[in-house]
Amino acid sequence: MDTTAPLVELDEQGLAALVDALRQRGYTVIGPTVRDGAIVLAELASAEDLPHGWGVETEAGTYRLRRREDRAAFAHSAGPQSWKTFLHPPRARLWQADRSEDGTVAVREDDEPPPRYAFLGVRPCDLRAIAVQDRVLTGGAYTDPVYGPRRAGAFLVVAECTEPGGVCFCASMGTGPGLPDGSAHDLALTETVEPDGLHYLARAGSPEGADILAELPTRTTDGARARAAVADAAGRMGRSMDATDLRSLMAGTMTAERWDQVAGRCLTCGNCTMVCPTCFCTTTEEVTDLTGDHAERWRRWDSCFDLDFSHVHGTGPVRSSARSRYRQWLTHKLGTWHDQFGSSGCVGCGRCIAWCPVGIDITEEVDALRAEAAAPEG
Amino acid sequence: MSAVHATTPVPYRVLARRRETADSVTLDLVPAAVPLRAFRPGQYAMLYPFGTGEIPVSTSGISGHTLGHTVRAVGKVSEALCRAERGDWIGVRGPYGTAWGTPPAGSDVLVVAGGIGLAPLRPLIVETLDRVGEFGTVSVLTGYRDPGGQLFLDDLPGWRSRADVLVTVDRPEPGWRGATGLVTGLLDTVGFRPGHCAAYLCGPEVMMRAAARELRRRGVPAERIQVSLERNMRCATGWCGHCQLGPVLVCRDGPVFGWDRAEHLLSTPEL
Repeated sequence: MDTTAPLVELDEQGLAALVDALRQRGYTVIGPTVRDGAIVLAELASAEDLPHGWGVETEAGTYRLRRREDRAAFAHSAGPQSWKTFLHPPRARLWQADRSEDGTVAVREDDEPPPRYAFLGVRPCDLRAIAVQDRVLTGGAYTDPVYGPRRAGAFLVVAECTEPGGVCFCASMGTGPGLPDGSAHDLALTETVEPDGLHYLARAGSPEGADILAELPTRTTDGARARAAVADAAGRMGRSMDATDLRSLMAGTMTAERWDQVAGRCLTCGNCTMVCPTCFCTTTEEVTDLTGDHAERWRRWDSCFDLDFSHVHGTGPVRSSARSRYRQWLTHKLGTWHDQFGSSGCVGCGRCIAWCPVGIDITEEVDALRAEAAAPEG
Repeated sequence: MSAVHATTPVPYRVLARRRETADSVTLDLVPAAVPLRAFRPGQYAMLYPFGTGEIPVSTSGISGHTLGHTVRAVGKVSEALCRAERGDWIGVRGPYGTAWGTPPAGSDVLVVAGGIGLAPLRPLIVETLDRVGEFGTVSVLTGYRDPGGQLFLDDLPGWRSRADVLVTVDRPEPGWRGATGLVTGLLDTVGFRPGHCAAYLCGPEVMMRAAARELRRRGVPAERIQVSLERNMRCATGWCGHCQLGPVLVCRDGPVFGWDRAEHLLSTPEL
């Protein structure tokens, strides 16, 4: 983008105009909104649906909404959902098949056009998570038929983070709270609360983003307050993770005693995998109707914590102990993800910490594994 | 209709069905319309008998566009495949995964199979025997739980004319005159030059580990020993995560691995 152009910002009416402009362009606008005692991601009819004046408090095993003293719309850290709910939905039909009387089977792919999403308020950590899933689901030899088209059509409006939560550690992972250079997106906003109302520093990240920004009522700004707010946020992370060479640390932990310790707490419920914005695992279900001549192949999220996940006929589950399943999750996320997909699988969003029913903390586990690896033998 | 998506099965028909053992059959599948890309020995397909589900099965035969698949009935989908009859519709996706590396010219070829593990090795054996003059000795060692488990009995006379083919069983039955005991016990009975040998192993992991260690002990280089691994697979395209094995996805990076990589993967319990 043109870096010599003057910086511009929107006010609250400008943000409302952005939602309207996206809807007028045919996008289904998805963003944060308050529902069921949490800030969830759902369709926004207008900017009024944003969680104005709501913040959250997060800790290990804890998530609570709290009222703010201002009207900020993006002053909250991650909720239970991530954008994978929309790009890589929990359940998706892959195809349908019909058998005719002569035994011939016609397999039919869904030919409905994919939903066109505009995501409003994508945190830099979650933007990285989308990039991570891009590599997994579209970066190899095959393009995922559900994720690929949804992702290709998505318009991403980033909201830089100015209010990190108690479980956040994106700063230590290099994924936030500001937008890292070179991150693919369409528009980036930075919200600041000022005496005359909400300000949104706005920068285009794509030609379409520039087109839309040009339609909106903007005024010039020096962007100083927005930059300061993001810089300040980097110093207020509730947690941090020492990311130094996690790949080899993880590779060396196969016989670590810490896995037994964490297995004593882990319920193997899989919550961490459901809320993780990069966890991508799925299983398939074959569904037939009463005639037996109509079949559908559905795919749904699966979890490596499920005992059946690694089932091999004749020998049963490869990973039958809780120890091995937690070890699989963590060493994959932080270690072997590099081998398989060329990046880490962790973006530092902290969801797995907040939504673990027993409060297992990934940053604490890494510290313990690092300490065990550094301890003298015996 | 031709498939657009990698997840969509392509229509094939059962051309022939041969019962191999009490619980396994070989299906010859031919394309109902457009054939899939050519399979190489060691690669696998996802097979879909209508209305049941999909499982990965290595090819046990490759002849033009005809794919052979030898299936043992161990679950709902494999049972449906074993029940399939001539003319039945089977959805097929593939080819997936890595192939057996071709043995270097002049080397001895050693195939070690346990039970149904002989099936993924069969196309390699067929290709090797077609060019038997290019290699030194060719040996096929197979181990079964009992004599009734033997596969590809019709092939054996032809194989025996060009290779040493030895069979051992764990549980001999009255009248069994062959060897008994572990398949690794047969290594002493065939001649191969450890430094000039390409070895191919497929069977239960405990058998592959034992055979690979024995071959290493005799001086066969680790990268000249290849194994085929099995893990749960739902997609075959690297998306479902079920076949995670440490740093590799077996569906994509395998199923065929050199022992230089596989030894580590198989030495960590519950990896």
